[in-house]
Amino acid sequence: MQRIVKDFRRNKLIYLMLSPAVLYFLIFHYGPMYGMQIAFKDYSIHLGFTGSPWAGLEHFKEFFNNFYFFRIMRNTILLSVYSLLFAFPAGIILALLLNEIRSTWFKRSVQTITYMPHFISLVVVVGIMFDFLARDGLINQLLSALFGFEPVSFMREADWFRFLYIGSGIWQNIGWSSIIFLAAIATIDPSLYEAAKIDGASRWRQTWNVTLPGMAPTIIILLILNIGQLLTVGNEKILLMYNPITYETADVIGTYTYRKGILETDYSYAAAVGMFNAVISFSLLIIANSISRKVSETKLW
Amino acid sequence: MKLTAGERAFQTVNIVVLVLLSLAALYPLVFVLFASFSDPGLLVQNRGLLLLPKGFTTEAYKMVFMNPSIGTAYLNTLFYVFAGTAVNIALSSMAAYGLSRRDVFWKNAIMFMIVFTMFFDGGIIPSYLLVGNLGLLDSRWALIIPGAISAFNLIIMRTAFQAVPVELEESARLDGAGDFRICWSVVFPLSLPVIAVMLLFYGVSHWNSWFSAMIYLQDRALFPLQLILREILISNDTGSMLTSVSSGDQMPIGQTIKYATIIIATIPILCVYPFLQKYFVKGVMIGAIKG
Repeated sequence: MQRIVKDFRRNKLIYLMLSPAVLYFLIFHYGPMYGMQIAFKDYSIHLGFTGSPWAGLEHFKEFFNNFYFFRIMRNTILLSVYSLLFAFPAGIILALLLNEIRSTWFKRSVQTITYMPHFISLVVVVGIMFDFLARDGLINQLLSALFGFEPVSFMREADWFRFLYIGSGIWQNIGWSSIIFLAAIATIDPSLYEAAKIDGASRWRQTWNVTLPGMAPTIIILLILNIGQLLTVGNEKILLMYNPITYETADVIGTYTYRKGILETDYSYAAAVGMFNAVISFSLLIIANSISRKVSETKLW
Repeated sequence: MKLTAGERAFQTVNIVVLVLLSLAALYPLVFVLFASFSDPGLLVQNRGLLLLPKGFTTEAYKMVFMNPSIGTAYLNTLFYVFAGTAVNIALSSMAAYGLSRRDVFWKNAIMFMIVFTMFFDGGIIPSYLLVGNLGLLDSRWALIIPGAISAFNLIIMRTAFQAVPVELEESARLDGAGDFRICWSVVFPLSLPVIAVMLLFYGVSHWNSWFSAMIYLQDRALFPLQLILREILISNDTGSMLTSVSSGDQMPIGQTIKYATIIIATIPILCVYPFLQKYFVKGVMIGAIKG
């Protein structure tokens, strides 16, 4: 007790500086967590979070029995798994390729250029996609000129959605995601390479036996974080990209929550869907972290 | 160092791959740039890639700049970027300073409280209702206050502040400086690279943000550029801009207007980031290790 009083006396100003942030997180992050209780209620704007009547597990049952439950879960998980399989390694591969470049000038130029798409807004990226991938757009012009393909309305075909979502994601983020892997490579002890060379290891063997193991902790941490995000795919991008024709492959938990909650104002039901998402995601994160802790000793906490 | 034949072949292939990748990253925007300066009539006849503008006209840019809703939206975006980033930096740096000090009893508890929100959040619906309950709907503050601090950026800043040597802080304290003073005149000047990165990260996220504006704002006079852009690019609504053009020309010029809008909405950011490159590489690294 005395310690607390003394600490407060000495650090008054520090607590003053921390207070806006603490208030901010309490209100805008813990506030919504408190508000999650409406998932078990029938929320009414007049009665508020606390005053609305209880509904039990009604909304959760409704979601699990929903005709679209399977479709939404399948789409969400597939998009996540595909991006883990294709987008995640893309950054690692680019980092490894850049690491083999001797010319600093060339390396820096490639980096600057490949970072660029990361800074373009999603609205513009998806806008350009709509333009290039239209029936009479650039891509169809090229495909028909080069291979004689029939024009396809790519953005209006459910079959193309996943490919376009993942592909454009790689285009936009490959450079940016390579930064962190390059940073990991930079921390590898150079004497390990010297030792490998003395043992007669080729460049390829050095990459395989020194570089990749050196990157492993970073890769594992990012993998854990990605698993925690398994149900949280890029809702904002999908909202821009999809339309009712492509819901079959494009509608995910986040976009469904948005339509139910914000557009149809079915707040409690949408909050239940959101809560289901948050709880599963958090559990996956904890599981991934504890598995990694046992297997590799690399951990988030 | 001597390379084996295999290694030399790899080097060549590697360079080719990286050049192609760079072209792929660059070309879409280059196409849009060329198309935005093209003559609309010639552009519609064009098939395939553009290696230069078809003809040359700045007509589309004139239409964009004369358009009142784009002008308003541009100013709104500038406001959100400057005001929003100012709030972000002020709050994050004060908190980062506090959390980077030693011997602060509640430090770890506060840190835990902040980091926890990175892994678990209440979701969009309760957040939306909360913003409504606070009376922020349809106000400019809705785009500034609910995102006042990013936990991720805060951690990057804290880590950078921790690297400031303790001796400097102590000698400032002996000279009678308080915490605000130390934060402002000792820690801040020594952490300029990370501050620059934070300005970039926060600034870009305000510039590019559209979702909060879509759910929180109704009044078109408050819309940021990205929301107007979405109408033009994705909902395909250039109609409002074409009132002064005779009906026969509408289709083609609508197309170049789109491209011109993309360019004016994208160029400002692309002019900034290369200068901060060597700093944000560090920033991402710190954030990843500590996050």
